[in-house]
Amino acid sequence: MLYYSLKRFALALLVALTVSLISFSLLYISSDPAIAMAGETATDADIEAIRQLYGFDRPILVQYFDWLQRALAGDLGQSYYFRTNVSALIAERLPTTMTLGVTAILFAITLAVPLGVAAAIRPNSLIDRIALFLSVMGQALPSFWFALMLIVLLSVNLRLLPTSGSDTWLHLVMPTVVLGYYAAPAIMRLTRTGMLEVLSTDYIRTARAKGLRPPVVLFKHALRNAIIPVVSLAAVQFGFMLGGSIVVETIFALHGAGFLAWESITRNDLPTVQGLILVFSLFYIVLTFFADLINAWLDPRIRIN
Amino acid sequence: MKRSYKMPLVTVALAVGLSSGAYAGKSDDTLNIAFDRELESIDNYYNTAREGIVISRMVWDGLLYRDPKTNEYLPNLATSFKWVDSTTLQFDLRQGVKFHNGEPFDADDVVFTLNYLADPANGAKPQNNVNWWKNAEKLGDYKVQLNLKTEFPAALEFLSGPIVMYPNEYYSKAGPEGMALKPVGTGPYQVTSVEPGKRYRMKKYDGYHAGSPKGKASIGNIVIRTIAESNTQLAELFSGGIDWIWKVKPDQAERIKAQGQFTVKNSSTMRIGYLNFDASGRHSKNPMNDVRVRRAIAHAIDREGIVKALVKGESIVVDSLCFPSQFGCTSDVPKYDYNPEKAKKLLAEAGYPNGFETPFLAYRNRDYAEAMISNLNAVGITTKFEYLKYAAFRDKVQDGASPFNFGTWGSYSINDVSAITSHFQKGTKDDYARDPEVIKQLEIGDTSVDAKVRKDAYKAALTRIADQAYMFPLWSYNTNYAFTKDVDFTPTPDEIPRFFTATWK
Repeated sequence: MLYYSLKRFALALLVALTVSLISFSLLYISSDPAIAMAGETATDADIEAIRQLYGFDRPILVQYFDWLQRALAGDLGQSYYFRTNVSALIAERLPTTMTLGVTAILFAITLAVPLGVAAAIRPNSLIDRIALFLSVMGQALPSFWFALMLIVLLSVNLRLLPTSGSDTWLHLVMPTVVLGYYAAPAIMRLTRTGMLEVLSTDYIRTARAKGLRPPVVLFKHALRNAIIPVVSLAAVQFGFMLGGSIVVETIFALHGAGFLAWESITRNDLPTVQGLILVFSLFYIVLTFFADLINAWLDPRIRIN
Repeated sequence: MKRSYKMPLVTVALAVGLSSGAYAGKSDDTLNIAFDRELESIDNYYNTAREGIVISRMVWDGLLYRDPKTNEYLPNLATSFKWVDSTTLQFDLRQGVKFHNGEPFDADDVVFTLNYLADPANGAKPQNNVNWWKNAEKLGDYKVQLNLKTEFPAALEFLSGPIVMYPNEYYSKAGPEGMALKPVGTGPYQVTSVEPGKRYRMKKYDGYHAGSPKGKASIGNIVIRTIAESNTQLAELFSGGIDWIWKVKPDQAERIKAQGQFTVKNSSTMRIGYLNFDASGRHSKNPMNDVRVRRAIAHAIDREGIVKALVKGESIVVDSLCFPSQFGCTSDVPKYDYNPEKAKKLLAEAGYPNGFETPFLAYRNRDYAEAMISNLNAVGITTKFEYLKYAAFRDKVQDGASPFNFGTWGSYSINDVSAITSHFQKGTKDDYARDPEVIKQLEIGDTSVDAKVRKDAYKAALTRIADQAYMFPLWSYNTNYAFTKDVDFTPTPDEIPRFFTATWK
């Protein structure tokens, strides 16, 4: 298990480095940070002065290693727009995104796994149809439309929930439902397929023949095997929620990291964008790493192979 | 940047029926406002957003204040001023004024602020606002002198608007970072909390100086929230979370108005639309070089019709290359009525009886541009239309690569002709006429401090521009405001909502 963990960790580290190098190069090639910093009224001389002052005239690789060295020491540079420390800026916005991500993935799992299991136990039954309907809706509904419909119904008409902001837990209800519902269908369908497959295997028949109680067969023997791909998928979905909730954060006026990423891209605020890409990619990498470990724990064959 | 998901939220909300309810604002003496963008900093000199200007007027004061109704420059932190010569201004300062932190206001604050801004190393934004004076000197505890680099008649306009006074002791310690988190001014509202980019809370400043032309604020508290999505702003308005929004799209404004639950007001802004022609052949030899063609196009465009059908609101047709309220602006210039027949005749005289084809650039209001294209088609002119992002449009125009384009200009809310006419026609990058006579008159207007001399010079320039149709002014723009019926609020053409004049009904 230790060797397996170390191998996965080294691989994760390589992925993180590659992502940071590619994103750094793409960002700095796509636009000139000196022009972005100088602003609209700047003269050519102003732009050149900024280029030299910040070292933008050096080769990209040199700039990258300079950035990497500082990033490893925890310094992600200064935001061009806010003129504050990028690490502090991200740290300030991250709790909102993290809270939303955690509540949304919990909502998605709580909705999807039981429904997936129920649909697998009784295929083609009413409950299976309902699960199918819910998952098709989840995939088909654009999240901005779903969010606005919830706002119209729950905030404007029924006045049950606050429309936007993140002051109380009530503010998080609608964003959680919208973001979580978007992730639920894939988890639900994968749970159903996995369960259907596992339930038709010989060892389940054996377990039943041994006279084990149905819940034990279902949850201890079947679900534990069926859930392995779901864990990997949920990890990726969770990563997506932490980095990709731009639409939801914008509509519900949540000032999280996703909204910051979008605004920073439109403002050409490269250090902030670069810092956010690093943080988001680290989320994916860490989550995938943990998903690998959990899978290895769930299924000994993975770590032996 | 404002995103919209094109959801007819209002329609849906109205269809399912709105429940009316009590709005939180008046009951707790708090006006809740939504802005659509994050401010980079609340420090007046380190942001360029309009929302920053709005907050600046609430929190800080200038030496002077321009009355938005009469456009008169009234004394504020200065009690009087005089031009010693054309490049020297002296101010007597108001006594007994205190900043929000208790620091007394005197000449040291004015000298510190103006000298701090004049130093390019401090990087105050935008530099155009602060790069026209050399330095400020203290002549007494309540007397200062401002030494200009050169003649700058718009000085009073700047000193009554964007240039506000900072507390020297506080700012020299706190700097822009401190000011951004805990702003301190002398204005009618004091900031009580700042959540950067997210929310600003303010309360009425009880110690506000009685002599201010702004007057003491009436509403006790103001909370400004950033809500980027316009549909969410509307939902907040309907659900009572927000009391006041602006920049509401015309179709949404009409529906809110029809629904009757909120006050919807529309105000013309200083922004005007224009057509710019390559009169001097800067781009190439093309039909626009001929004054008869330019006049024909002016007669071909149905400005009244477009304003009525598309621009709507309080927008008006403008005949002179400036907004009517701006100093030096006159509408007593040659005018062009909508007359397609006359346009065809002029085109025939110019040697284009069957019209011609021309490139045509625009960067906003595609629908207005298309309406004009249709007007042009009617007199035989066809266009190769190119719709660009603003930066690309500006670069192309300033590089001399556009014989004919549709643009707009907001004059940075500066109520002076120099902010628009001189910007476009004084031999600048945007100038496609390069007429020595116009340049000479604008130079006189821009450098004299004698009001009559300025007015005469600008009139001469504006008349020549209109007569030769170097640029063809179209219409003014407008903004929609929607707010709770509990509040009494009056918008102004400079697009700077003054919440200190708002009251509860």
